[in-house]
Amino acid sequence: MAEQREFMTAPDEFGRFGDFGGRFVPEALMPACLELEEAFQDAWADPDFLAEYEGVLSEFAGRPTPVTFLQRLSESLGLRIYAKREDLAHTGSHKINNVVGQTLLTARMGKSRVIAETGAGQHGVATATAAARMGLECTVFMGEVDTKRQELNVFRMELLGATVVPVTSGSRTLKDAVNEALREWVSCVDTTHYCLGSVMGPHPFPWMVREMQSIIGREAARQLRDLRVGVPDYVVACVGGGSNAAGIFAGFANTGARLIGVEAAGGAAISHGTPGVLHGMRSHIIQDEFGQIEEAHSISAGLDYPGIGPEHAYLSAIGRATYVSVGDEPIIGALRTLSELEGIIPALESAHAVAWLIREAGREIPHGSSVLLNLSGRGDKDVAQVLSILRGAS
Amino acid sequence: MKSLETHLRAQRAAGVKSLVPYFMAGLTPDWVQHVHAAVAGGASAVEIGLPFSDPMIDGVVIQEAGLRSLASGTTFDTTCSALGDQELAVPLVAMTYYNIFHHYGLRASARRLQDAGISGTIVPDLSVEEAEPWREACHDGDVSTVFLVAPSTPPERVIRIVAMSEGFVYASARMAVTGQAETVGDAPDVVARVRDACDLPVLAGIGIATPALAHEAAQSADGVIVGTALVRRILDGASPLDTERAVAEFRRALA
Repeated sequence: MAEQREFMTAPDEFGRFGDFGGRFVPEALMPACLELEEAFQDAWADPDFLAEYEGVLSEFAGRPTPVTFLQRLSESLGLRIYAKREDLAHTGSHKINNVVGQTLLTARMGKSRVIAETGAGQHGVATATAAARMGLECTVFMGEVDTKRQELNVFRMELLGATVVPVTSGSRTLKDAVNEALREWVSCVDTTHYCLGSVMGPHPFPWMVREMQSIIGREAARQLRDLRVGVPDYVVACVGGGSNAAGIFAGFANTGARLIGVEAAGGAAISHGTPGVLHGMRSHIIQDEFGQIEEAHSISAGLDYPGIGPEHAYLSAIGRATYVSVGDEPIIGALRTLSELEGIIPALESAHAVAWLIREAGREIPHGSSVLLNLSGRGDKDVAQVLSILRGAS
Repeated sequence: MKSLETHLRAQRAAGVKSLVPYFMAGLTPDWVQHVHAAVAGGASAVEIGLPFSDPMIDGVVIQEAGLRSLASGTTFDTTCSALGDQELAVPLVAMTYYNIFHHYGLRASARRLQDAGISGTIVPDLSVEEAEPWREACHDGDVSTVFLVAPSTPPERVIRIVAMSEGFVYASARMAVTGQAETVGDAPDVVARVRDACDLPVLAGIGIATPALAHEAAQSADGVIVGTALVRRILDGASPLDTERAVAEFRRALA
């Protein structure tokens, strides 16, 4: 009898998904990673903790988020497209799911402070929000370049009581913010939890963050059943580090649905990267011929990361998920299309998934297919940038 | 026993404290002269930093030195080529991040290091849990893999780490990135915990900024690693002769 293979289960004892993942961190941080792994396992098996986590998500963060049938876009593309509306979650994206879990865990571990990295500011704002709710001190590291590009998000975090530290090392963007958060963590690991924002970093982060985001996929699977759609032909999500994709894939990994991760061409770690070690994990990394990490470049700061979560590298390697990339050019058009046809302004990150649907409808994706699209965030944060791009183009 | 350990044990047996200065490869056109100057000033071994774009356990000084070095085109190969021609009386230990070796190929890296006369590596982001492939690649040659023990390392991990460490054990003096500090921090405690677990030479590093701190740290440790304090001077324009004098000052403090 053929072995029934299960996908997206726990990693092995070293935190590996196949050849990817692991724990490549300075010894000073190893005890904290081990402590976190134990605390997470314990909490995740505790019905009281899970009830509290789900309670906060429903009463504070607006879950469950709906699934919306995108009728006009479906008609125009010849598909049946259902959107999982993470854009309607508190703070405007799926990031809240993870930070609610991690801040509850922080308190459970007896720590009084969280630190976080942020690129565009979505994860920073979410962390500042959850920290405020929990009465935790919060410091967010943000590349100096990004603090200027996303001034309003800096102010949002400050309104929420967080301290934003502009990072002036290296390329002054997201990857340097991660470096700086790791450096800070070394010096304060007794009192502080590093609230990492994606399915990346050393074990247990890739696994833990996927678990905390898997509520997206579980809800969507139930909602599609209720809508009598059942298992969709495709599940499509944008991928930077890969947390929203991991979250929605988790609900469909063991079904017949095709899982598609859409990377930004300028940060396409699967499409253009090679195996490497960065930020505590072995994964696909964009690097030069000498193993120096290259900077990612994307219209969307949230996809501006030269790596990808190790479980995605694994899902790609075994062929369970497919990763494609979309350049900057069609993104604004995709954002406008969804806005005009459906009354939903997507985040530039999520617009990558929309752009892939528009490009491949009737090509890679046969007409008539059912598609679950993870609308990971709303575009309010990007409106000023879109305006300046459109003005620049006219 | 690999040569790094033999050398450091001989120093200890002779009652000499080990002094290991750190230099960033390729930081200045005359960087190799700084290595020679350090040997002339009394270094027991020299740590050579191979620059990496994302040095997560380094403070601002070493970060700056690494970026400058990368900007001038330094690679693993150029570093090994520059060192391979040198006659140096002391062991060299390469310090870098794992991706450099991972990308170059583990076996190829081990061979390249050995051919360049480098007899040890310190790879701070390579945890003992992940180190087996690298140790395996270095098994047949004379390249030792040095591991760090941190103030946060619990006793059972100390035992595991020292069992894997070759050459010496790097006792991290504080929970911090590399830099300059005003005390020896937790060095005496970490050194004592390592000593309880093994007989390898124990060198203290991270924050050992002055000869006085080196002297204090070496009361318990078999020696010290001095990085940022020397690299800062070179960033500020120190000549090889200045480096020799600075290293000699540390040497006198350890006498």
